[in-house]
Amino acid sequence: MMQTYDLQANSLRDLNAALHAQANDTNQTSWEIVNPRGSHAVAVGLDAPIEVSVKGSTGYYTAGMNKQATVHVHGSAGPGVAENMMSGTVVIEGDASQYAGATGHGGLLVIKGNASSRCGISMKGIDIVVHGNVGHMSAFMAQSGNLVVCGDAGDALGDSIYEARLFVRGSVKSLGADCIEKEMRPEHIEILRDLLERAGSDAKPEEFKRYGSARQLYNFKVDNAY
Amino acid sequence: MSVKDIKDKTPPRTMPIQSATFSNPINAEIRRAAATGIYDIRGGGAKRRVPHFDDLLFLGASVSRYPLEGYREKCDTKVTLGTRFAKKPIELDIPITIAGMSFGALSGPAKEALGRGASAAGTSTTTGDGGMTVEERGHSTKLVYQYLPSRYGMNPDDLRKADAIEVVVGQGAKPGGGGMLLGQKISDRVADMRNLPKGIDQRSACRHPDWTGPDDLEIKILELREITAWEKPIYVKVGGTRPYYDTALAVKAGADVVVLDGMQGGTAATQDVFIEHVGLPTLACIRPAVQALQDLGVHREVQLVVSGGIRNGADVAKAMALGADAVAIGTAALIALGDNDPRWESEYQKLGTTAGAYDDWHEGQDPAGITTQDAELQKRLDPIEAGRHLRNYLSVMTLEAQTIARACGHNNLHNLEPEDLCALTMEAAAMARVPLAGTEWYPGKPGF
Repeated sequence: MMQTYDLQANSLRDLNAALHAQANDTNQTSWEIVNPRGSHAVAVGLDAPIEVSVKGSTGYYTAGMNKQATVHVHGSAGPGVAENMMSGTVVIEGDASQYAGATGHGGLLVIKGNASSRCGISMKGIDIVVHGNVGHMSAFMAQSGNLVVCGDAGDALGDSIYEARLFVRGSVKSLGADCIEKEMRPEHIEILRDLLERAGSDAKPEEFKRYGSARQLYNFKVDNAY
Repeated sequence: MSVKDIKDKTPPRTMPIQSATFSNPINAEIRRAAATGIYDIRGGGAKRRVPHFDDLLFLGASVSRYPLEGYREKCDTKVTLGTRFAKKPIELDIPITIAGMSFGALSGPAKEALGRGASAAGTSTTTGDGGMTVEERGHSTKLVYQYLPSRYGMNPDDLRKADAIEVVVGQGAKPGGGGMLLGQKISDRVADMRNLPKGIDQRSACRHPDWTGPDDLEIKILELREITAWEKPIYVKVGGTRPYYDTALAVKAGADVVVLDGMQGGTAATQDVFIEHVGLPTLACIRPAVQALQDLGVHREVQLVVSGGIRNGADVAKAMALGADAVAIGTAALIALGDNDPRWESEYQKLGTTAGAYDDWHEGQDPAGITTQDAELQKRLDPIEAGRHLRNYLSVMTLEAQTIARACGHNNLHNLEPEDLCALTMEAAAMARVPLAGTEWYPGKPGF
């Protein structure tokens, strides 16, 4: 049975407490949040296989540190959506502000619109699929995981990147330090096909280019200090 | 001509004089830089002489104040951190905590020893950049979990296991700077905890990836509180730069506790030029921070923890007299465990240094087995014995601070006050805002 929670009539604290109280075997698996009105920290720290549907736009850190849960925002999300996500799925129907998926360790973040700057910053295993464009400094210091951009990427993509894989279908305004275009091998096509399918995108994997680390900054050298 | 005749005819000569500006250590560094083309990286805090707690003295009791009996009369040392918003504040038996130091920079046994010693003394220890280890959580009755820009090892499960959360904005050794754990210290375990390949340098960013500025910090703290059901005290740690404003903004952002780290506070590794030339001495930080808390009406409601160069009970008492609620120790705790012990002198010599001066912690070759991930070197540190040493040291510091407090007539360390102090130098008087010894005056005192 659908549980409906009105954020205009009830507090954020009570909402998150109710969601945190759901155990792995809960039968309250379906939640609807209405009137989010840009609230911050909506559905943060979840750790149960529940589905949360947010009817409207949210503020900072929506679904932060998510585990297991599926959070679907029927609107746009503010900065830091799904930051440090561990597992589960977060879908944003609209646009996402800065730092989407920052430091995420796992799970899938889907942004149907555009993502602003620093999308996937310091990502540590999360998969991010952006149907539109991403802003500057996206995937800065990205450690692992996959960032898929169906549109264009802004300046300094993948600056100081470690082992994350970046896939961009459109243009890249500029690559950041130590980020280079790499060969798209069959295994990358397969990874990309799976991610696009799970993210509900009809883009073709063959249309993308892959970017990653040149691995020239991995060990400290004097020439790297300038 | 005899030798005596030659000596008699040698004209008087000027003695060779070393330049104070171009001293031997300076010249050696110029030559090293010229030869290698790379700046010096090291661990620890500022080594230069700066105004410090040694420049302050306690006045003690006399006719106008009477002392408490040194061994018999009560002098409370307990402190509670996180009383402002947290449902579960941390209660400590002593106001001396262990500062954040990472697993990665330190060995697993060293982190265990810190937990053992701190727990035995009834105080807290703190994680560092690299996440929470099982050993550390298991051996620490009260563990503060650092929330750092790198977010290495950060996860909600450990967040909930913590007794408090410390949002690290900066540290005294390198305010405004990030960190680097060089590849030689990246073992399989360290690499796994940080989601990076083994053997590569791991950079720690200088600012957080998902917030900038105090308004964002307020929302970040809200998120952390929501994830942890408003139970955990939230600390905000800043390096000593603009202590008045940083403290005020941390309070505005919703901190329960402000941790203020002066330039003598240590780091695992950064550039020497950064350590020695950026930031304020600890002594200069405390009064402005306390002033900010007082101006906002939250002194003692938001607790202030001061770190950077705390070495003994006198330092603890002086920091508290200036308004701190507690102190934190890092370098001193490592020395108590056995860091830089002369027993390893021959090995320090092989590394081109000497006991007491060894600071290449980032290279992972620590003869004392503390700042290393080398399996053989680590065995040199017995975490049980080292933990006992740390407990002893914490106990001595507490007894010393109590001794001073009683001598000043106080039955609680928190009753120490600036009026108990005087300064030996003009600089210390100005920074601590206590009178120059034998006067009623300090630089900047209103009315003079």
